[in-house]
Amino acid sequence: MSESAVLVSIAIGSTLASCVFTLFADKYPSILKSVVFPLLALSGLTSMGACLLVLTGAPGFSGVLPIGLPWLFWHIHLDALAGFFLGIIGVITFSISLFAPGYIREYIHSDYSLVVLGLATGLFITGMQLVVIANDAFVFMVAWELMSVSSYFLVAYEHKESANRHAAFLYLLMAQIGALFILLGFGVLAAFAGDFAFESFRVTELTPFWAAVAFGLGLAGFGMKAGIVPLHIWLPEAHPVAPSHISALMSGVMLKVAVYGFIRLVFDLLGDLHWSWGIVLLIVGSVTALYGVLYALMQHDLKRLLAYHSVENIGIIYIGLGLSVIFFSAGQTTFGVLGLIAALYHTLNHALFKSLLFLGAGAVLSRGHERNLEHMGGLIHRMPWTALFFLIGCISISALPPFNGFVSEWLTFQTALQATMLESGVLRAVIPITAAMLALTGALAAACFVKVYGIAFLGQARSRRVRHAREASKGMVIAQGLLAGLCLLFGVLPTTTVAALNRIAYDLTGHRVAAATQQGWLWLTPVDPKVASYSAPLILLGVLIILAIWASIYLLSRRQRRIQPVPRKAPWDCGFGPLNPRMQYSATAFAMPIRHVFRSMMRLQEEKIREMDPHLLTRPVGLRYLFHAKDISWHYLYLPVERLLHAAARRVGRIQTGHLRHYLAYSFFTLVFLLWLIT
Amino acid sequence: MNTFIIWLLALVQTALLVAIAPLFASWVKRIKCYLQNRRPPVLLQPYRDLRRLFAKKVVLADNASVIFRLAPYIVCGTTIMAAAVIPILIVQIPIASIADAIVLVGTFALGRFFLALAGLDVGTSFGGMGSSREMTIAALAEPAMLMVVFTLAMLASSSNLSTIVTYVLNQELVLRPSLLFALLALILVGIAETGRFPVDNPATHLELTMIHEAMILEYSGRHLALMELAAQLKFTIYAVLIANLFFPWGISQSLAPGALLLAVFSIAAKLTVLGAFLALSETTMAKMRLFRVPTFLAVAFTLSLLGMLSFIMLEGH
Amino acid sequence: METYAELPLLQQAIQTLAALVLVSSFALLAQSRVIATIQIFAWQGLLLAVITTLIAWETGLTHLYISAALTLVLKAFFVPWLLIRQARKLGILRDFDAIIRPGITLMAAGSLVIFCYNVVLPIQRFAQSITRDAIAVSLALVMIGMLMLITRRKAITQVVAFMSLENGLFFAAISATQGMPMVVELGVAFDVLIAAVIFGIFFFHIRDSIESLDVDQLNRLAETDE
Repeated sequence: MSESAVLVSIAIGSTLASCVFTLFADKYPSILKSVVFPLLALSGLTSMGACLLVLTGAPGFSGVLPIGLPWLFWHIHLDALAGFFLGIIGVITFSISLFAPGYIREYIHSDYSLVVLGLATGLFITGMQLVVIANDAFVFMVAWELMSVSSYFLVAYEHKESANRHAAFLYLLMAQIGALFILLGFGVLAAFAGDFAFESFRVTELTPFWAAVAFGLGLAGFGMKAGIVPLHIWLPEAHPVAPSHISALMSGVMLKVAVYGFIRLVFDLLGDLHWSWGIVLLIVGSVTALYGVLYALMQHDLKRLLAYHSVENIGIIYIGLGLSVIFFSAGQTTFGVLGLIAALYHTLNHALFKSLLFLGAGAVLSRGHERNLEHMGGLIHRMPWTALFFLIGCISISALPPFNGFVSEWLTFQTALQATMLESGVLRAVIPITAAMLALTGALAAACFVKVYGIAFLGQARSRRVRHAREASKGMVIAQGLLAGLCLLFGVLPTTTVAALNRIAYDLTGHRVAAATQQGWLWLTPVDPKVASYSAPLILLGVLIILAIWASIYLLSRRQRRIQPVPRKAPWDCGFGPLNPRMQYSATAFAMPIRHVFRSMMRLQEEKIREMDPHLLTRPVGLRYLFHAKDISWHYLYLPVERLLHAAARRVGRIQTGHLRHYLAYSFFTLVFLLWLIT
Repeated sequence: MNTFIIWLLALVQTALLVAIAPLFASWVKRIKCYLQNRRPPVLLQPYRDLRRLFAKKVVLADNASVIFRLAPYIVCGTTIMAAAVIPILIVQIPIASIADAIVLVGTFALGRFFLALAGLDVGTSFGGMGSSREMTIAALAEPAMLMVVFTLAMLASSSNLSTIVTYVLNQELVLRPSLLFALLALILVGIAETGRFPVDNPATHLELTMIHEAMILEYSGRHLALMELAAQLKFTIYAVLIANLFFPWGISQSLAPGALLLAVFSIAAKLTVLGAFLALSETTMAKMRLFRVPTFLAVAFTLSLLGMLSFIMLEGH
Repeated sequence: METYAELPLLQQAIQTLAALVLVSSFALLAQSRVIATIQIFAWQGLLLAVITTLIAWETGLTHLYISAALTLVLKAFFVPWLLIRQARKLGILRDFDAIIRPGITLMAAGSLVIFCYNVVLPIQRFAQSITRDAIAVSLALVMIGMLMLITRRKAITQVVAFMSLENGLFFAAISATQGMPMVVELGVAFDVLIAAVIFGIFFFHIRDSIESLDVDQLNRLAETDE
């Protein structure tokens, strides 16, 4: 067996072993810390190892396992694309295996069973790993369902709250509908190919109509799991209620597995790309991105906000994929590969910084016991390391240089700039407009994360529990630090990453962007050095030089000034007296100008409750302000669909009349009909 | 040897721009004073202000965190980095191949991020208000800014600032509607991003009218000096961008001392004229309400969009 | 096909002015003050006159000079003066005609421009005229004029929208076929003039009948209601 096969088997094996050991967790909780999570860490490391092997040129593996149905054994296959996503799964698994021991300490003495948590986590990760290496439709669907159902148990983990149960139910419902669409999509392919193996899918030719049908089914099915608008409604409900490290897994990895499925279906199995698919992806991606970030700005629950941001980033990935499809269908293979690389790079980046942010939110939740931004504040003084790593996550997700978010946005913009090479005038006009929308979402995301970081970590604490929060445990801090370091690493070494991604593109489509890495590891020149070039390491060097200049000025002038601590005084209060934490800007207030500008896109619900003095009924004693931004897709899509289904169900339900004679009549007519059929 | 000289020149031109940024702001103020029948301060007043502020002691608020203390250095640093990226005196600067126009926009965004965080840090309402408004305006100005960058990049087939300037320089007198609209849009976006009339009033500290001043309200001493310098530098950078991207004549394409001297004079003349125009427009316009600013930026976006559309439709293939 | 930079300066100027006319129609669409609408319409007429003069100079056709002069006198001076006078008499000069959903209207206008460009593309490949790309602009002008007609409520701004639509047709004629025959030109010009005068008279009648110049109230004129 090749080395990558060994590593992948160790990965899946250790995840399954962790499931076995977790069965003893109720009796010996320390087994979790000493055995289960190290096994998960091992699984993560070996997945990363397999990924690195495959992306640096080692061949993958392909095989048939003797399990499954007698006429359809399990085919598995590891190529560059699968290796890449396996690596993403591995990195995040490793990080949460460092994070989780500290985090789940609060569940040890609670009503919730640790066995369920551990078992479901292990099965969830196994499911994801199997999806990625699946090479026939059967394995794919089995692993997909394993992934969905085990994550249902994770979302419903804290099932005592009814809101959590509702969220989990919605999640399971949407997951099953999505799985049905995917199954139908594979069914179309299987009808043409004759059997279920991906190898046969790859060689069959579909008629354009059925290829479009398969594309549409795949978009709906994988999109439902990935969270494109308007199929995203489960995301902001399900991700917040799961335990934080599971939210990191779901947002950081599971959405990426859905993206993997889509890329595998469209670029690998379907093959022939049509330009209309690209336009659909472009529009879906832009709408999703803008929608996600606008709703994220309106949230004051930290985890729900991060969930909406996942929607936004999935939109950005789909924009990259759309550009790629458009360029491929126009015959511009170099730019098509560039778009694909930009989308894959953003997938990696999002996995890293979204998990980092969710882990940070988890640290805040476990120490400050608050999820609501309006009750946080001043955490940078209480949790300095978490604050530092969360800041890096915020800068990365806002696409600011020199971190990784900027590189993938830069690559997407460079791909969009090549629109002048297209023939169609409409496309040449629409693509820059899409890029402008992408710029708008990037800037709104930066605004949102200024809000999040400023309200949660800066300023003064707005509630007692947050005022007394302690720093998170060592494991939690190290996990966040690891992810933050990777964010910086992938921001500073884009050329090496693009070289690896080139291999994936070559595997999938037979083309690569050779120019991107031709100038050496310092320069990223996606098209041509004369067209555009970016050198992240040199920019980092520039930043360090400037910091060094400031530091040297500071140190030189220290000798001239007497060394004394900087005096601290109260902040400026206009002469009205001491400021209290209630006078600070709140999260809702921060987003108000943006809310005002975009108010037609949301259904806003404001409630002002005046609390009156119980003794003197006309004297107000307090004022409460509740604000909620309702998702318009509930109102315009889901509720009408639900009403339609109810009406149809009621109509059909009329056959249940309750009269015995009617039921006898049904049997009689069915018998007559069947007899007539035989004749 | 040649590359060493070019790098040295690039650093010298950046330092020169940093040095004359307060002078440019002072010049605009001087013209405004003349137009409003007031007596202007001495032309070198901003330098005296900066020297005074550097000498003063820093006082921090009780709960100011490390972000508050680091932000002036980061904001000023990123603005200086942005100044290093644009062609001022010579066209072919080596830094342009490290960072192109999109990276320039990203660098400004990084500075703005930390500025807004500093505003939220102290926990007063002023800072929060300034940060909130600044991020809103920045978000709405981004699409217009990017569309301008796109139009220029599609025109010159490159997003490298040196290449764009070379392209505009080398075409003979060509009247392009796309460039005209891009220029107008960039002027409007520049006004919004640098916090001048009618979007923000750089001279007041009243709640209703301040955005940038609100975020730096708590700063004192050398921190305040760095923030002021950063604001003046950002203003000058936008002016130099407008001058050199759209009217690049006079910029030197070689290292000859004669050409460099001509470049110095031409950029000084262009900045003088631009400053006078800006002062004139600031005097004739009233400051807009905050919720009129989105309309202002929508006009900027429409203009930049029309610029891009005219490039595709009217200027052919 | 030669690149844009190689075109003679005159043709570049025509293209630039065509783009400016497009900007003016966007400005008309987005403007809610009545007096500013009329002023922008006057500027549009002026720009069209300049374009016609340039085309006349380029091709040497003298009747285009007369056309330009007519456009200047009528569309840039006379009709705006007439409209302002009427509006001042009716007391609606300083009114605001609020735009229904400005964001969507502007986005629709932008998509219309792209759509018109797409429609005109096949024609462009065969056109020999010097201002072939301006056909797309003129079609866009007509569409945006119609969009303005749909999205405005006050009668006076609808008149301006109708006039700008006619501007678009005029520009199409100039750019595609180097002007219309003189008789047609004079006829159209007089039509516009009479239309402006008649509109003015009708304004008074409408206002006397229903006490408002809001076109949504025009359904009160239906006989069956009372």
